[in-house]
Amino acid sequence: MTPRGDRNRGPEVLGENPARDYIPHMRNNDRPAIRAEGLRVVRGGARHGVVVIEGMDFEVPRGQVVGLLGPSGSGKTTLMRAVVGGQADVTGTLEVLGQPAGHPDLRRRVGYVTQAPSVYADLSIVANLRYFARLLGAEEVDVARALTDVDLARIAGRRVGVLSGGERSRASLAVALLGSPELLVLDEPTVELDPVLRRDLWALFRRLAERGATLLVSSHVMDEAQRCDRLMLMRQGRLLADAPLPELLERTGASDAEGVFLTLVESMAMEQKEVVR
Amino acid sequence: MNPRLTAATAARVLGQVRNDPRTVGLLIVVPCVVLGLIAWMFDGTPVLNQMGPLLLGLFPLITMFLVTSVATLRERQTGTLERLMATPIRKADVVLGYALAFGLLAVVQALVLTGVAVWLYGMEVAGSLWLIVLVAVLDAILGTALGLAGSAIARTEFQAVQLMPVLIFPQLITGGLLMSRELMPTVLEWFSRAMPLTYGMESLQELARGGGFAEIQGAVGAIVAFIVGALLLGTLTLRRRTP
Repeated sequence: MTPRGDRNRGPEVLGENPARDYIPHMRNNDRPAIRAEGLRVVRGGARHGVVVIEGMDFEVPRGQVVGLLGPSGSGKTTLMRAVVGGQADVTGTLEVLGQPAGHPDLRRRVGYVTQAPSVYADLSIVANLRYFARLLGAEEVDVARALTDVDLARIAGRRVGVLSGGERSRASLAVALLGSPELLVLDEPTVELDPVLRRDLWALFRRLAERGATLLVSSHVMDEAQRCDRLMLMRQGRLLADAPLPELLERTGASDAEGVFLTLVESMAMEQKEVVR
Repeated sequence: MNPRLTAATAARVLGQVRNDPRTVGLLIVVPCVVLGLIAWMFDGTPVLNQMGPLLLGLFPLITMFLVTSVATLRERQTGTLERLMATPIRKADVVLGYALAFGLLAVVQALVLTGVAVWLYGMEVAGSLWLIVLVAVLDAILGTALGLAGSAIARTEFQAVQLMPVLIFPQLITGGLLMSRELMPTVLEWFSRAMPLTYGMESLQELARGGGFAEIQGAVGAIVAFIVGALLLGTLTLRRRTP
């Protein structure tokens, strides 16, 4: 068993074993983390809005790091918001951890990081974390763990307003780690990060998954694909592919994720042309 | 509603305010300076004694209204509201947390302003000073509540700034300061009766004339009712989902 609250150790370097306390509380273990069927989302009001997601079917298995890739405007953020229950006008089936998306019970079980770092700029990092910890019923140990996880323990007292873009987005990520959620939904968490930090964060995601958490991570950087167990490629509100990278490489004959994406887009365009004929 | 989460939110808002000493300074100092201008201008006349109590109630209302509208708008735009709504916190906890934090700030503001008016500018009031402070604090909480309710309408900074002339100015004009309500056209008199600020101004004028709690209890009840109504509206218009 991992001891909780082992605070006697010195400050740790990211990458050693900072996720030791991360024990997601698991329920309904047999169901997939996310299950969608005929998912459709209209943005900007049900009547006059725009259809942003049309007819998506997919399953996200538990304990995996799933990459949600696609160009900007493909509907990634809307899909993630629907998963955490923050999106209006969602129709079809969308089940999260065995419950309908947006169910009040899920607010403790799902962690969400928005694309823009959503932390209070006029508070220190640790003050932000303590506030959200109180909302989630998390302890001071969880605050310390989250700080170590994102490698911000050294500058925890600093005001968020004076941080760099990368530090700010890591502070935002730390908030999501507080409650040890079973599902983490991360919207472009590695934007603005240098290569070293990006590598460290992906290593952290991997460790979280090894402890049983499921991660849905969006990115428009295709080279992050190789770090995921499974890829969901999106374009114009539709799912182009949903499989592990090696399988996609084999199916398309491409050499990397970007090649896979381009091949799939082209073959889709070909199909559409044939339909027109 | 959960008192623990309400208190946590109020503490967080106060923490943000504390990290911004210039705003606190402006909130406290500017009303004192403006009141000082009036005291100076009308030196030797009873104007300060008549107008002073009214302004003691108006300044907190206006400043708290502005501060709250901007704070909630910022909360929406930086995505922190979206994040809050994804946690177990209730919408009422967010709204009450803000009301509590700014209410405490208003108590400080009202006490300092009243102290300066009485001891520095020599304002003399026939009625009870404590009742004036009470009405001033209630007015400030009303301002916060109206700001929370109004921020549901505002989507941008431009709109938030416009809320002030839209929501506050008509109330100031018909509140009985420029013209006694009995002299107004009937429709405007009804309008005046329906506006929350009217009751704050009414009770402060009553107190300036030497009235006691018996004379203002009806108006104070009306202010409290408007506060509850505005907080309810603010809670109902807070959205958990993005359209």
